[in-house]
Amino acid sequence: MAEQKATFQIWRGDARSGRFREYTTEVSEGMVVLDAVHQIQARQANDLAVRWNCKAGKCGSCSAEVNGHPRLMCMTRLNQLDLSKPVTIEPMRAFPPIRDLVTDVSWNFRTKLGIRRFTPRPPEADGTWRMSQVDVERVQEFRKCIECFLCQDVCHVLREHHLFDQFVGPRHLVYAAALEMNPIDTENRSRDLKNTHGIGYCNITKCCTKVCPEGITITDNAIIPLKERVIDQLYDPVAKLFRMLRQ
Amino acid sequence: MPEYETHDHDVLVIGAGGAGLRAAIEASAAGVTVGLVCKSLLGKAHTVMAEGGIAAALANVDDRDNWKVHFADTMRGGQYVNNWRMAELHAKEAPDRVRELEAWGAMFDRTKDGRILQRNFGGHRYPRLAHVGDRTGLEMIRTLQDHGIHQGIDVHMECTIIRLLKDGERVVGAFGYERERGRFKVFRARAVVLATGGVGRAFKITSNSWEYTGDGHTLAYDAGADLMDMEFVQFHPTGMVWPPSVSGILVTEGVRGEGGVLKNNQGRRFMFDDIPENYRSQTADDEEEGWRYTQGDKAARRPPELLTRDHVSRCIVREIKSGRGSPHGGVYLDISWIKARLPNAAEHIRKKLPSMYHQFKQLADIDITKEPMEVGPTTHYIMGGVRVDADTQMSTVPGLFAAGECAAGINGANRLGGNSLSDLLVFGKRAGEYAAQFAKTQVAGAIDARQIDEAAQRALEPFARGTRGEGPYQIQYALQDMMQDLVGIVRNASEMQRALHGLEELRARANRAGVGGHREYNPGWHAALDLPNLLTVSEAITRSALERRESRGGHFREDYPSRDPGFSSFNFIVRKNPEGGMDVAHAPIPDMPEELRHVIEEMG
Ligand SMILES: Cc1cc2nc3c(=O)[nH]c(=O)nc-3n(C[C@H](O)[C@H](O)[C@H](O)COP(=O)(O)OP(=O)(O)OC[C@H]3O[C@@H](n4cnc5c(N)ncnc54)[C@H](O)[C@@H]3O)c2cc1C
Ligand code: SF4
Ligand code: SF4
Ligand code: FES
Repeated sequence: MAEQKATFQIWRGDARSGRFREYTTEVSEGMVVLDAVHQIQARQANDLAVRWNCKAGKCGSCSAEVNGHPRLMCMTRLNQLDLSKPVTIEPMRAFPPIRDLVTDVSWNFRTKLGIRRFTPRPPEADGTWRMSQVDVERVQEFRKCIECFLCQDVCHVLREHHLFDQFVGPRHLVYAAALEMNPIDTENRSRDLKNTHGIGYCNITKCCTKVCPEGITITDNAIIPLKERVIDQLYDPVAKLFRMLRQ
Repeated sequence: MPEYETHDHDVLVIGAGGAGLRAAIEASAAGVTVGLVCKSLLGKAHTVMAEGGIAAALANVDDRDNWKVHFADTMRGGQYVNNWRMAELHAKEAPDRVRELEAWGAMFDRTKDGRILQRNFGGHRYPRLAHVGDRTGLEMIRTLQDHGIHQGIDVHMECTIIRLLKDGERVVGAFGYERERGRFKVFRARAVVLATGGVGRAFKITSNSWEYTGDGHTLAYDAGADLMDMEFVQFHPTGMVWPPSVSGILVTEGVRGEGGVLKNNQGRRFMFDDIPENYRSQTADDEEEGWRYTQGDKAARRPPELLTRDHVSRCIVREIKSGRGSPHGGVYLDISWIKARLPNAAEHIRKKLPSMYHQFKQLADIDITKEPMEVGPTTHYIMGGVRVDADTQMSTVPGLFAAGECAAGINGANRLGGNSLSDLLVFGKRAGEYAAQFAKTQVAGAIDARQIDEAAQRALEPFARGTRGEGPYQIQYALQDMMQDLVGIVRNASEMQRALHGLEELRARANRAGVGGHREYNPGWHAALDLPNLLTVSEAITRSALERRESRGGHFREDYPSRDPGFSSFNFIVRKNPEGGMDVAHAPIPDMPEELRHVIEEMG
C-alpha cells in the first residue's frame, strides 16, 4: 500500500442528532483506523471526539463500528478494508451517544457494582493460597477482558431489546464467571445470576464471542457453564437428570 | 464568575492508575471520604498497558532472593542517586503488597507447587517479577478497580484537573473540567494525592498514551513544589519501529527474559561486545550460559540482553548509527530462535507472550514464533518527578502528596523493569495512608475565588481565539519533534541550548493556540490545555539535563560521556521562582545508614 488517499464517513453528532460527514485523507503502509481518525482530527476536525489510550489493543477504549462491524479502531488495519469505497466509522450503537465516536458507557460501571464481589476463603498458614496453573488458566481467560464493551454492543438483548435493567450483558457474565470459577472464591452467585443478572435472557447466539477482540470464548466457556450452575443449584433434580442424560 | 460544580472530599486523589487506586483504597480504609479523578474511564489508565510484571522479592522461584538483594539491585540500577530510604521501603514492602493483590482477586501465573511464579527481568539478580503472561498491568489495575469500587470511593471519570488550589502555603483543593460537557468542577479537600503518571508525550517516539502530558508534575510545580531528577528519562530499548504508525509501541522486556536475543544486520549478538564493568561479574560469559539462565539454571548468569535499559538502548543506537541496523532503522529481536532448543517453541512463545504475538501479527504482519522483530528505543518512563518525603510521600508543599510515576526518588538515574508496578503499590498505599492521616488533622481550607477565576479564564482562551489561532496538534507535534531530536537518548550542551530557545518559541505559539467548536467533548480544546504542561516538563528536563555534566543512567551526554563522582552526592531539583521562571538547584543526598551501606557491599 503506497501513499494513497482514502475516504472515511465518520458519524458526527451528539445525543440530539447527528449525521455522517465525509473526510478524505492520506493513508500509508501499516495504518490502522484510529490513525486515520487521528489524522483527520489533527488536520481537518480538531474537535472530532474519540476515546483512545494505548493504541495497542490493551485498554479497550477505542471501540466503534467500522463498516458496521464492532471493532477496536487501533487494531483494525486499513489494509483489511476495501478502500475503494468510503469506510464508515460510527459509535457503538447500543449505548447512548455523547459526541461523535464517544458513547455513554457508564451503565457498565454501575452494573458491575451489582455483582457480588470476590470473597476468598481463608489463606493457608503462611498467609497465601496455593493454586494450580490449570485452575488459574481457566479464570485467566476471562480476566483478559479489556472492558471494551463490544460484546455488550452486539448482544441483541441489549442492542435491540434494551433490557439494560434486566440483563447484565456478556461482559458481566464473563466477570461473574471469573469469580465463580475462581478456585479460592467462596461466594455463590447463582441466585443473582438467575434473578437480577438475567442470565436466562441469553439464548446463546454467540454474537458476543465473535466480536471479542481478546478472543474470549464468552458463550461456551463462561455463559453456558454459568447457566448449568444455575440449573444445577436452583432447579429440581429432574431437570438435572434430564441434562445429564442429554450429555 | 465562571460556573462550576463543587465536590467535597477529605482526600482527593488525582489519577486512577495503580498508584492512585491504591492510594484511594488505603485512604478510604482509614475512614476518610475519598474522591478519585481521572482523565479517562476507570481502568484505562496507563497501568493497564504494563506487560512484564511486578518486582517483589517473594523468593518463590529462587530462595536466595530477599529484600536486601532487591534493594541492592535497585540502587545499582539507579546508579546510587536514588532516595535510599524509598528503595529500602520498596524492597521490604513489595512482597506484602503483591500478596495483598491476590487477596483481592488477582490471579498470577503459578509455580509447580501452586505459588506465585516469578520471571527474570533486566537488572534483577534473581527471577523476581510476579506476572500474568504479558498482561500484568491489566491484572493489577482490574484487581484494584474491582476491589476499589466497593470501598465507597467517589469516582469522577473523564475529568481533568488543571490547577491546584491553595490557602496560604497549603493545598486545599483542585480545579478542573469534565470532558463530556466541558463543565468546570471545584474539588475541596484536606489533602490531595497526585498520581498522574508520566510525560512521554513530550517526545515523538513513545510507548505512552495521550494522557502522559506531565500534568501532575506541572500542577505540583505551579503550586510551588520541588521537582527532582527530571533529567532522568528512560528510553526503553525495544519499541516497535515498523510500520510507522505503530512506532514506539512497547515490546516487553519479557521477550528477552524468555530467551529473546538482540542481533544486528550481520547476525551478531552485539550485546556481548560491551558489558559495563560493574555488571561483568553478573553477566554470562557466552550464549550458552545466557540461555541456561533464561531457562532457570541457578548456576548461570544473565545474558547481556538483560543489562539495564539505559545501556541496552545506547548499544542499539550505536549499532544503528554505525550502519548495522535493520531495514527500518532498528535492530533485530529474535525469540523464534528458541525453536532450536525447545520442542514446542511456537506454542511456548504464544503462551508466555500472548499479547506480543498478537500485537506483531495484527499490526505488523509478523509471526514472532517464526521470524525476528525489528525494534528500537522508545521514550518510556520518567524517573524524575515530584520530590517527596520517603515515608509519607508528602511533597515540599503541605497537604500535597505524590505517588507512582509522577513522584521521584526510588529509581534514581534508571528504573529497573518491574519496579514501577511495585512502586505504585508500596507508595500508593503510603500516600493514601499519610494523606488520610494529614487530612484528619486539618480543618477545611478556604477556597480562593480569584484562583478559580484565573484558571477558568485561561482555560477558555483558546475558544476566544477560535480557529484563527494555530491548531494545538501542530504545536504538540513540533514540540515532540524537537525534544526527540535535541533532548533525546544522546544529549549535548549546544543542542539543549537550542531546545531552550525552541521551548520559548513554542510557548509563544501555545499562547496563541485556538480551537473551534464548543466545550462538549472537544479533544482539540483538551490538547490545547495540555500544551503548557508539556512545555513545563520539557523545560524541566532540558534545564536539569544541561546541569548534569556527566552521563549516568538514563541521562547520556556525548560531551561528558562518563560518570563523574562529583555528581553522586546530590540530585537536581527545579522549582518556580517568584518571577515565574524556573530555577535549578542541588538537593544533597543524605548519608546512607551503615546498615544499608553494608547491604550494598555484601551484595556486590
Ligand atoms: C507499554 C508499557 C509497559 C510497561 N510495563 C511495565 C512492567 O511490566 N512493569 C512495570 O513495573 N512497569 C511497567 N511500565 C511502567 C508502568 O506501567 C507505569 O510507570 C505505571 O503504570 C504508572 O502508574 P501510575 O499509577 O503512576 O500512573 P498511570 O497508570 O499512568 O495513571 C495516571 C492516571 O492519572 C490520570 N491523570 C493524569 N493527569 C490528570 C489530570 N490532569 N487530571 C486528572 N487525572 C489525571 C490519568 O487519567 C490516569 O488515571 C510500563 C509502561 C508502559 C507504557
Ligand atoms: S450469546 Fe447470549 S450474551 Fe452473547 S450475544 Fe448472544 S444472547 Fe447476548
Ligand atoms: S468480553 Fe471481550 S468483547 Fe466483551 S468487554 Fe471483554 S474484551 Fe470486550
Ligand atoms: S486504544 Fe487501547 S484498545 Fe484501542
